[in-house]
Amino acid sequence: MMLEVENLSVVFRDRRPPLTAVDGVSFQMGEGELLGLAGESGSGKSRTAHAILGLLPAAAEVSGGVRFQGRDLLTMSSVERRQVQGKDISIVFQEPMTSLNPTMRVGRQVEDALRVHTKMAAPERKTRALEAMELAGLPDPERVYRAWPHELSGGMRQRAMIASALVLRPRLLIADEPTTALDVTVQAKILDTLREINRKEGTAILLISHDLLVIRNLCTRVAVMKDGRIVESGPVDQVFQSPREDYTKLLIASRPTRKKLQGGGSHG
Amino acid sequence: MTAFFKRLALLLVTMLLVTALAFAAFTVIPADPTASILGMNATEEQIAALRAKLGLDLPLWQRYTTWLTDFVRGNFGTSYRFSMPVEDLLRPRVEATLALTGLSFLLIVAVSLPLGLLAAHKEDGLLDRLVTVCGQVTMSIPNFILGIGVIWLFALILGVFQQKYVPPEDGLWAHIRYLLFPALAVALPKTAMTVRLLRGSVLGELRQDYVRTAYSKGNAPRAVLVFHVLRNAMIPVVTFLAMTIPDIMAASIVIEQLFGIPGLGQMLISSIGNRDYPVVQAIVVIAAFVVVACSFLADLLYRLMDPRIGGR
Ligand SMILES: Nc1ncnc2c1ncn2[C@@H]1O[C@H](COP(=O)(O)OP(=O)(O)O)[C@@H](O)[C@H]1O
Ligand SMILES: [Mg+2]
Repeated sequence: MMLEVENLSVVFRDRRPPLTAVDGVSFQMGEGELLGLAGESGSGKSRTAHAILGLLPAAAEVSGGVRFQGRDLLTMSSVERRQVQGKDISIVFQEPMTSLNPTMRVGRQVEDALRVHTKMAAPERKTRALEAMELAGLPDPERVYRAWPHELSGGMRQRAMIASALVLRPRLLIADEPTTALDVTVQAKILDTLREINRKEGTAILLISHDLLVIRNLCTRVAVMKDGRIVESGPVDQVFQSPREDYTKLLIASRPTRKKLQGGGSHG
Repeated sequence: MTAFFKRLALLLVTMLLVTALAFAAFTVIPADPTASILGMNATEEQIAALRAKLGLDLPLWQRYTTWLTDFVRGNFGTSYRFSMPVEDLLRPRVEATLALTGLSFLLIVAVSLPLGLLAAHKEDGLLDRLVTVCGQVTMSIPNFILGIGVIWLFALILGVFQQKYVPPEDGLWAHIRYLLFPALAVALPKTAMTVRLLRGSVLGELRQDYVRTAYSKGNAPRAVLVFHVLRNAMIPVVTFLAMTIPDIMAASIVIEQLFGIPGLGQMLISSIGNRDYPVVQAIVVIAAFVVVACSFLADLLYRLMDPRIGGR
């Protein structure tokens, strides 16, 4: 297995009482696999992703294991972990509007991982950045390369984020609600782009979404989270056709809000 | 770009108003300079001749436009007291004050930028606490008292500072070495303010989402700070620094008195006492120009540094 997450927990110690955001999560991903992580908002999906990549704030305490290609990401030194971040594993964040640096041109941000991980000269970095931007479905990459983030639409910014995550062709791409902030037509196109990337580059994708329809659109397997735990998992079609948990049924039935789930569920 | 030209037009209008005010104020002041030039026993004819010579008999607006065009050409008039061109009189004074202001500014920048960055980098670390405490103390002490403290410490206790002004003609390095001590008194409170502003600005930026993005690419903390955070964090600091230049100049003028530096401050005070209006006028206009130009500069730098605002 490429990625093995074992009994992963995240506790925010700065909260009184301490808040358990992720509570003993385990799952595995093979090379090139498309796995969905579903669950209502606040169920711990994003924090699971951040824990895998070592991106949690200092107040968060992580336990359990995250093995990537046999090496434990949680126990390795920060120097070693930095060699994995952005090179072997990349992430696209939930917030396309704020995840880009407002005072850095888009091209330089797409190139950032190249600057960190390689000794490439500027012209070569640019060539690679433009390729990644094309792969991420950005029209007119030359123009976008020189643009400032605020000059791009939400969809374009998210594509720029995807390009910056792909520039070093990672083995695993974590996409955290990559389409939630965007309108429906843009959503579908970005999912198509992710599918293309998986097909062309063999990149495994961990797609996080509160929307099971989005996950069904792209993924082959799904894990459903609730209150920091995985409550159900399996092949997407199976989970869709015969969900075991009422919670999952509700996720399928509605594009859920937390209120609906708590009001309608028999548990929780 | 249009915003830039609007700002430039505003600058010109402000300067026009300031010069008109300066001119009116010193012309309307009742005391007649002829008395102080000719003495009490002058005859009517002598006074009339001098008034004509000084242009005091012309209509007000004509005197203003003549004065203004002369001023723009670098002809600031003639000092009543020294009977020499004001610009020649003021040149060494302006140089002395500018040297002190400039040195103080460099000191502020050179000390506060690394300190602010380091304090934020290790938030609540030893350096951060030290900087915060020292900052609070120096910010609350007036420059004048700080100046006395500097003299007391460096001249009387440590003996590394000879309190005798060294003009630039006596050696540029000795001049700068002398100015370093008064510059310290000018720079300390502003340095403390700049450190605090930069520290807060960096800490605010470190909480932004784009910082997490930078870390996700494998950037080390220092690279995040230098490549990603610095420019964003510097936007308010650069604006503050530009806006604060007039304050630094004002503080320099105060400190000049204490350190016996023959700058604009001494000249202004003695010229007011002697009703030497052309000199007072020139100094007021120069000071106003510094204020207006620095606010223009602050605006310009802000536009240059923040792409979300610039370009329009
Ligand atoms: N910095 C934090 N401090 C305290 N609690 C947090 C913090 N970040 C997230 N949480 C809590 O952790 C839980 C999981 O959050 P998150 O992983 O963002 O959920 P999801 O991505 O599934 O919407 C939520 O209950 C949230 O309130
Ligand atoms: Mg989330």
